Amino acid sequence: MTMVPISYYLILSVVVFLTGVVGVLIRRNIIAILLSVELMLNATNINFVAFSEHLQDLGGQVFVFFALTVAAAEVAVGLAIIIALHRSKDTINVEEFNLLRW
Amino acid sequence: MELLFFGYFAGIIALTAMLVVALKNPIYSALSLLIMFFHVAGLYVTLHAEFLAAVQVIVYAGAILVLYLFVVMLLNLKRDDRYHSQWRIAAFVCVPLCVEFLVLGVSGRVMTRPEQTAAPSGDGLAAAPAIGDNTLAIGETLFSTYLYPFEVASLILLVAMIGAIILAKRDIMEVSSDG
Repeated sequence: MTMVPISYYLILSVVVFLTGVVGVLIRRNIIAILLSVELMLNATNINFVAFSEHLQDLGGQVFVFFALTVAAAEVAVGLAIIIALHRSKDTINVEEFNLLRW
Repeated sequence: MELLFFGYFAGIIALTAMLVVALKNPIYSALSLLIMFFHVAGLYVTLHAEFLAAVQVIVYAGAILVLYLFVVMLLNLKRDDRYHSQWRIAAFVCVPLCVEFLVLGVSGRVMTRPEQTAAPSGDGLAAAPAIGDNTLAIGETLFSTYLYPFEVASLILLVAMIGAIILAKRDIMEVSSDG
């Protein structure tokens, strides 16, 4: 039985994380930006679980548990903010929200 | 054999992650993210974290994604989303980062399993239980060693609930003037 080396999991985590970062930077739809943030959170979760299995330490999985909780809370509040924004301006294009720009 | 499973899950995860970013319609992005969540849960099962796989499906695929789809359909978005005007700068930053991480990952030989015979298990962290049941093991460590963060997490959820309701409801003055 061959074990999957941990570097494979790390590379997968990095690829997904960077895809999330690129998504946050180049998308103009706020919903798509939040989806890319979820991608980043999932990438770190994969990393934690891979190390938890590799080092035989259960703390990694417990941390994923809490990261999942925080992600759920963040999604709830973020979507509520989006609804409030849409109610005031009727657009969700991030380039339209430019009152605080220099 | 395990390599085959990992290859399948990892391939679909990477592909759907790129689809989330590339697709213009937000509903298609959300559905692609759903496929990714299921395959991440499958990856957790191969890593012997079955409880986390179940929690991932229930919380991410079953609650968070449903919330996203509700909001997308509520706001009735059009698919006229083009990329940000500064996307070239973003690509210029991210492509070298990706190449660098791939080079580091491929060239640097991370320690393989037979080397770590003296596993660092008893440094105050939860040691690996000899029990085969993942749910039992997580429950035992979560409610003993990590009890305080568990209670704080419940507080986070309470605050998020209150915040979401307050942010999304209409102005109280507006409601009372109608009725």
